[in-house]
Amino acid sequence: MSRRPYIRKVERNWWIRQPRYISYMIRELTSLFVGLYCALLAVGLVRLAQGPAAWDGFVAAFSSPLGVTFQLACLAFAIYHSVTWFALTPKAMPLRMKGEPVPGIVIVGAHYAAWAVVSIVVLIGAGM
Amino acid sequence: MSETITLEVLRYHPETDSEPHFQRYVVPYRDDWVVLDALNHIKDNLDATLSYRWSCHMAVCGSCGMTINGEPKLSCHSFLRDYRGKVVRVEPLDHFPIERDLVIVMDSFMEKLGSVKPWLIPKVEKPLSAGEYLQSPGQMQVFHQYTQCINCLLCYAACPQIGLNEDFVGPAALALAHRYNLDSRDGGRDARAEVVASNEGIWECTFVGACSEVCPKHVDPAAAIQQTKISASVGWLKDLLTPGAHR
Amino acid sequence: MARSNKPMLWLPFAGGGLVAALIIPVLILITGVLVPLGVLHLRYETIAAFAHNPLGKLIVLGAVALPAWHAAHRLRMTAHDLGLGSGIAIKAACYGTAWLLILAAAGALIAV
Ligand code: SF4
Ligand code: FES
Repeated sequence: MSRRPYIRKVERNWWIRQPRYISYMIRELTSLFVGLYCALLAVGLVRLAQGPAAWDGFVAAFSSPLGVTFQLACLAFAIYHSVTWFALTPKAMPLRMKGEPVPGIVIVGAHYAAWAVVSIVVLIGAGM
Repeated sequence: MSETITLEVLRYHPETDSEPHFQRYVVPYRDDWVVLDALNHIKDNLDATLSYRWSCHMAVCGSCGMTINGEPKLSCHSFLRDYRGKVVRVEPLDHFPIERDLVIVMDSFMEKLGSVKPWLIPKVEKPLSAGEYLQSPGQMQVFHQYTQCINCLLCYAACPQIGLNEDFVGPAALALAHRYNLDSRDGGRDARAEVVASNEGIWECTFVGACSEVCPKHVDPAAAIQQTKISASVGWLKDLLTPGAHR
Repeated sequence: MARSNKPMLWLPFAGGGLVAALIIPVLILITGVLVPLGVLHLRYETIAAFAHNPLGKLIVLGAVALPAWHAAHRLRMTAHDLGLGSGIAIKAACYGTAWLLILAAAGALIAV
């Protein structure tokens, strides 16, 4: 008997084959929108450093229909990132208290609580 | 006539086939049959040339892993009733070379498994006369889940990073390394890190999480790998801040 | 095989992922929804005052730099997943862009 193992090739579009791979790919692509929004923030800081007139121009630009459309896409992906990131925290950082494992829902819940606190603080700060 | 179900099985004979092809078999449908029973029916009654691995028929030995309708599964743990009215497509596990029919070549995995030193490496060796290395039930509970692996390789078939880089050490081996790293009697973390925390180790993982979803034993290798990333990073930081103190 | 220096790339990726998850959605909510709707006004004085404060500078830099790094690292891995390779070009494009944003943000924060 001669051996002649057959090797199957992985297709480039492997991630289309299964729903779980597709949602993984969407999760990974959130980073594109996070990155693009970071670029918007960096531009904003540069405009801020250039003075009030430049800043007002920046505010007008991101408030334009195009700016809003772009940011709504960013928002959808950013929320998807938050939800998927928090969901995985109990796996990466399991906690034990008094020898007993802390339930995953408690760890995830703590992250949601932190998310709420950060959001409220930022909203209050920006509104001042 | 009593009910039947159709199996579409990938066949590959290394001496006569240049590439694999599907072959259809019609077998009796039984509510209490699993896919492995259907394959055994084929082998015993329809086509004795069909090759596949199995042993325990009870999700313990880990040898009957196959791709069933696109999903890595234990064929002894996949009931025909879940596929009633459909064609059941049975293929060898993804990401492994096909030896013949549903039998894969798993040498690469055996090598990876050994490379992570999956055994106790005591902090200090003691002579036999000094007695056992004691451990409390609580200390055992910390790693118990990671001892449940049956080396069925479903996780390797599910992991896209294995498909993209065949040298990636992979889920089951890294989970087993984590099992020993977590053991209170063990002092081998550093020795294992040479492979575990190398470029082909944990860092190839992008936390797809598919390994944990398909694992029939709820080992959760994805969790083990993320935890190892954190502990390896902490170790790396310590080395950076206190040069020479470590290793 | 030897231990990898990946933690250098991975630690800021993981930290950035957490920071992005906590802060980016509310920032977009402000700049993409509340300000355009006129519910909130981002006055120059308010923002400039925050960016003048040393602690404010640090917070703003963290909110831009860490998520930017997170995005760069994840995009590099995704490029590999999509079969675009993992060579020097991909690395330069991803991490290079992140560094550009970080330095631009840092420069502006110093100048402001
Ligand atoms: S970790 Fe789970 S899926 Fe992977 S080989 Fe072990 S038992 Fe099978
Ligand atoms: S035959 Fe042993 S696990 Fe399926």
